[in-house]
Amino acid sequence: MARAVTTRHKITATVFAWLVALLIFFPILYTLITSIKTEPEAIAGFSLIPSGTFENYITVQTQRDYLKPFMNSVIISVGSTILALIIAIPAAWAMAFSPTRRTKDILMWMLSTKMMPAVAVLVPIYLMFRDFGLLDSRIGLTVMLMLINLPIVVWMLYTYFREIPGEILEAARMDGAGLWQEIVYVLTPMAVPGIASTLLLNIILAWNESFWTIRLTTTNAAPLTAFIASFSSPQGLFWAKLSAASTMAIAPILILGWFSQKQLVRGLTFGAVK
Amino acid sequence: MGSITLKNVSKVFGEAKVIPSIDLDITDGEFVVFVGPSGCGKSTLLRLIAGLEDVSGGNILIDGKDVTAAAPAERGLAMVFQSYALYPHMSVRNNIAFPLKMAKADKAVIDKKVADAARVLNLTDYLERRPSQLSGGQRQRVAIGRAIVREPSAFLFDEPLSNLDAALRGTMRLEISDLHHQLKTTMVYVTHDQVEAMTMADKIVVLNRGNIEQVGSPLDLYRNPRNLFVAGFIGSPRMNFIEGTYAQSKGARTAGIRPEHLGLSKDSGVWTGTVKVAEHLGADTFLHLDVDGIGQITARCDGEFGAQYGDRVHLTPDETKLHRFDDKGIALKA
Repeated sequence: MARAVTTRHKITATVFAWLVALLIFFPILYTLITSIKTEPEAIAGFSLIPSGTFENYITVQTQRDYLKPFMNSVIISVGSTILALIIAIPAAWAMAFSPTRRTKDILMWMLSTKMMPAVAVLVPIYLMFRDFGLLDSRIGLTVMLMLINLPIVVWMLYTYFREIPGEILEAARMDGAGLWQEIVYVLTPMAVPGIASTLLLNIILAWNESFWTIRLTTTNAAPLTAFIASFSSPQGLFWAKLSAASTMAIAPILILGWFSQKQLVRGLTFGAVK
Repeated sequence: MGSITLKNVSKVFGEAKVIPSIDLDITDGEFVVFVGPSGCGKSTLLRLIAGLEDVSGGNILIDGKDVTAAAPAERGLAMVFQSYALYPHMSVRNNIAFPLKMAKADKAVIDKKVADAARVLNLTDYLERRPSQLSGGQRQRVAIGRAIVREPSAFLFDEPLSNLDAALRGTMRLEISDLHHQLKTTMVYVTHDQVEAMTMADKIVVLNRGNIEQVGSPLDLYRNPRNLFVAGFIGSPRMNFIEGTYAQSKGARTAGIRPEHLGLSKDSGVWTGTVKVAEHLGADTFLHLDVDGIGQITARCDGEFGAQYGDRVHLTPDETKLHRFDDKGIALKA
């Protein structure tokens, strides 16, 4: 009897989990479906059966160059992530291993900057970018995205570093390692899983960032987010082409996410369960 | 060379005075054990010597040189941690070689020293393994190996055996003592286990609440404890303390007699008591007795004595081995 109940529970739970997963995945699925519809089909109303044309992908690629924004996305997301790690590793090291009474406050303050609506600082940042000649430049955008994601990177690394026994770092100090040797030869290799998942998550966040990437670029530095947006304005809305462009924009990160899901799940739940 | 001198060393954590003020001399080549109950400041004292904590006051001298402000690496000391603190991502070879690499030694020198250390510590077959693939005892030996390749002026051990099982602890105790005889280097060893302290030390430093209660050789502390704390801490099973008329008749507030200094008999004796618990260890038996007019007493007798729960036995204290303490718990001279 007990066994029958467990099996029934298992089936219910599985069906429920699938439903939730499908619900979350549905927008992406619908984008995919719409991208292989014709334009009249796409505006006709809700339908899950496309005619299966690849016309939109060809049009998108011939109308606009896909490769350039793709490369911009890669450079900006990877660049900003590496930059963030270079700054965040020593910062998280200091906070994890030599905390002061104010360390928690600093961490909270860093996180609080993420609670501020980005639009609140749009004007000053735009003006600064204009005055420093950073508008539509990859460098400007890389620095911007690095700064935006830095709090999360520091927080994630801090959580990881806290799990590393302090005695091992003290042993390195006794063994004659200087500050940098301690970070490079001992701390970083031990934190590789944590650093890897932080890196992956940050690349995804940077890749998907659309508020600043759209507003601070026009053509030269425009990444895939701007590429998608560019299909929505000039000649009215073309849902099918927009969907094709979106699919092309999210495909690389979706593939990256798929192959690294183990790392990501570990990264996001790390330290949550002892 | 490895003499260590502490002058007026104190340590304060926030409001808590962990170590009020300590003066101590450790001479070159000595095996010194810091012993005391948990929270007595013994590990803090070791970490102050290592340089892993900054002193709040006073000076630390190594070979006469003031190292109070020096970084851990500059003090020429090596430390073995309770958790072994091996580098989990490195092979045994690289763990042992790490301090030499940090000192930028030649590759040939590193290889030779690592091979020598591995041979001494029976680790030659394990050099390519990771720490996670080793047993607790082997890990501890790697930690010691990492310490000896540096040829430090002194070794610091922070409760190195407390994570090992009892049998292995006995073996490692011998290995560390043996190592000390071979290397003749100063060793400072922290433990809460008075058996480790008694068996290994040349000199024991008994600590309590951040203060030194007594410094001396193991037998010196055993025979002439300076106060009640040391008397109760050194020796196992612990000394019996007797107050009341018996102590007063000996001109003391408290009288102390060790369990092994009580003669037992089934026929006659000075005191008479009832056996409450008999712990049979084989060679010895520890009897926990309720003695008439005296109170709870622990006595050590031959394993063949054959006392059981509820038996009435007679005890005779060896009064030449009696310890007497005054109102403040300080030992009275005979």
